[in-house]
Amino acid sequence: MLEAAFSLAFLFQVFRIAMPYVMAAMGGIYSERSGVVNIALEGKLLAGAFCAALGGIVFDSAAKGILCGVVGGVVVAFVFGVAVVYFKSDQIVTGIAVNLMVAGLTRFFLKHHFGSTANSPPTPGFDQSIVLNPVFWIAIAIVCLSYVVINKTVYGVRLRAAGEEPEALRSVGVDVSKLQLKSVLIAGALAGLGGAFLTLDNQAFVAEMSGGRGYIALAAVIMGRWKPLWAGAACLVFAVAEALQFHMQTYDVGIPGEFVQTLPYVLTILLLAGVVGRSNAPKSLGKT
Amino acid sequence: MNRTADVVFDLLIALLSAALVSSVLILIYGQSPLRVYSLMMASTWGSTYGLGQVLFKATPLCLTGLAVAFAFRGGLFNIGAEGQMTAGAFVAGVAGAMCGSSLPGPIGVLVVVGCAGLAGGLVGALPGILKASRGSHEVIVTIMLNFIVSAIVLYLGKRTFFVEETTHTELLPEAMRLSSLGLGGSAANTSLLIAIMACVFVWIFNRYSLKGFDVLALGQNERAAKASGVPIGKTVVWTMTLSGALAGLAGVGFVLGHKHYFEEGMGRGMGFMGIAVALLGRNHPIGIFLAALLLGTLNHGGFAINHLVPREVVEVLQAVLIICVAITMASNSRRTS
Repeated sequence: MLEAAFSLAFLFQVFRIAMPYVMAAMGGIYSERSGVVNIALEGKLLAGAFCAALGGIVFDSAAKGILCGVVGGVVVAFVFGVAVVYFKSDQIVTGIAVNLMVAGLTRFFLKHHFGSTANSPPTPGFDQSIVLNPVFWIAIAIVCLSYVVINKTVYGVRLRAAGEEPEALRSVGVDVSKLQLKSVLIAGALAGLGGAFLTLDNQAFVAEMSGGRGYIALAAVIMGRWKPLWAGAACLVFAVAEALQFHMQTYDVGIPGEFVQTLPYVLTILLLAGVVGRSNAPKSLGKT
Repeated sequence: MNRTADVVFDLLIALLSAALVSSVLILIYGQSPLRVYSLMMASTWGSTYGLGQVLFKATPLCLTGLAVAFAFRGGLFNIGAEGQMTAGAFVAGVAGAMCGSSLPGPIGVLVVVGCAGLAGGLVGALPGILKASRGSHEVIVTIMLNFIVSAIVLYLGKRTFFVEETTHTELLPEAMRLSSLGLGGSAANTSLLIAIMACVFVWIFNRYSLKGFDVLALGQNERAAKASGVPIGKTVVWTMTLSGALAGLAGVGFVLGHKHYFEEGMGRGMGFMGIAVALLGRNHPIGIFLAALLLGTLNHGGFAINHLVPREVVEVLQAVLIICVAITMASNSRRTS
């Protein structure tokens, strides 16, 4: 068991598991830094996963599947973004509703297109090792780029200002709503990409396959104190927990499987309680 | 305009928009929306059996709606009604089977109902305690607890309490069962009374008790509440506890009133729909009861139309309804402020 945990294969497995978390978390940072709480990450992941399956099967290409996944995430983000940014509907309520909507829509179209209630036919997928997979390097690039964009660019300054002091930003003539919608759309694209990875890695779409990953990614954002590199690190911690969970099930370490499966969720609660308080959140988060 | 009339008007607009969106889905599936919607109405409000099923579905929805609304009044988001309900249902099933006939009928039922509320309350208390002591966001913690509770229930069930080779507990003795309301052989049962009593309790509590005022103060302005002497931490903890207890009671109807055992996955989705109920009911107990009836109608209607179109159509309808209501509520509050 321990030997397995320190092998290269284990490390690669962690990277693979971390992909959707990392991408959803990066999306979450853009959205939350601009002042929009993004519970809808879960729905965006799921939409991305389904659209990737649909596109992947129709075009018989993993790359086009990924593209479709991104588009799916953006479409869902648009609905969510317009409702919360322009119509000022409650962000958490709308987010939960969007998640329910996507869960319903994906199962509806699963039945309609593939005649199944549980999963899609096999999709194209990745067969190379994770470190040879371009998506892996894209994800790393996205993390680094997010760090630069948020900290070193004019857009980044405005993004942070929108989440801290939107009135001040408005007073210098920036369209805060447009900026926030844009950030939510970026979040949609990234989460859609994460969802696409889920499907293509699994080589099939499964109903509800996001399985709470969007929520955990949001927890990673909070644990990473809304900073890309730290949030990325938090995602890796969750991925280690999930990978350990698989190993513990395989090697039977005497802990019941049902408990082992809850490891990522328990870890989220423990880390949230132990590491961070509420003081670090963007000041105007949730108050569009 | 009159406030109630305003609310009803907004709701109708929202319902219409939601129905339009799902009509598109129905058309995509090659069915006539009119046929689907009329079948939905006929199979719910068109017969005694249908009406009974609506009441049966509305019962847990009313309780989870109250749970969400109760916490929301204190500015707290209880997204964990799902897990709290499951905990309540499981404990009701286990306690009911264990108490057996050792307690005389009504007392036994009361004890079991109390246990269900207690179980939900404990699951609700945890995020409250973590929020008060560590500042953990209750939304994330309650969502995580939903996953954790279902895993714990599955573990305890498989290990000890489920009948072998099944995922349900033993059948409850006659004395532990709530009687059916009889409506055309439907599943409606006297647990409806629990929901109604809970509505009355929450209404009186919110309106007349000092504690109820503390919750409101917490929800309106935490700093002002603190300055006027409301114990913030304590109020957070017991608000979440009571909210969880209400959700825990939602599990009773299935177990004591309908199936007479706890089964894994029972009432799935009722907890999340509680958010919709609270929102549609504008956090008011009477509104919540009516909203529960509406969503109960949609829920049972979804099963009735499943042979024409997948009932996910109704799930989408509900979700769009929530979004539309959230939008109209926001625009109303801007108009008045």
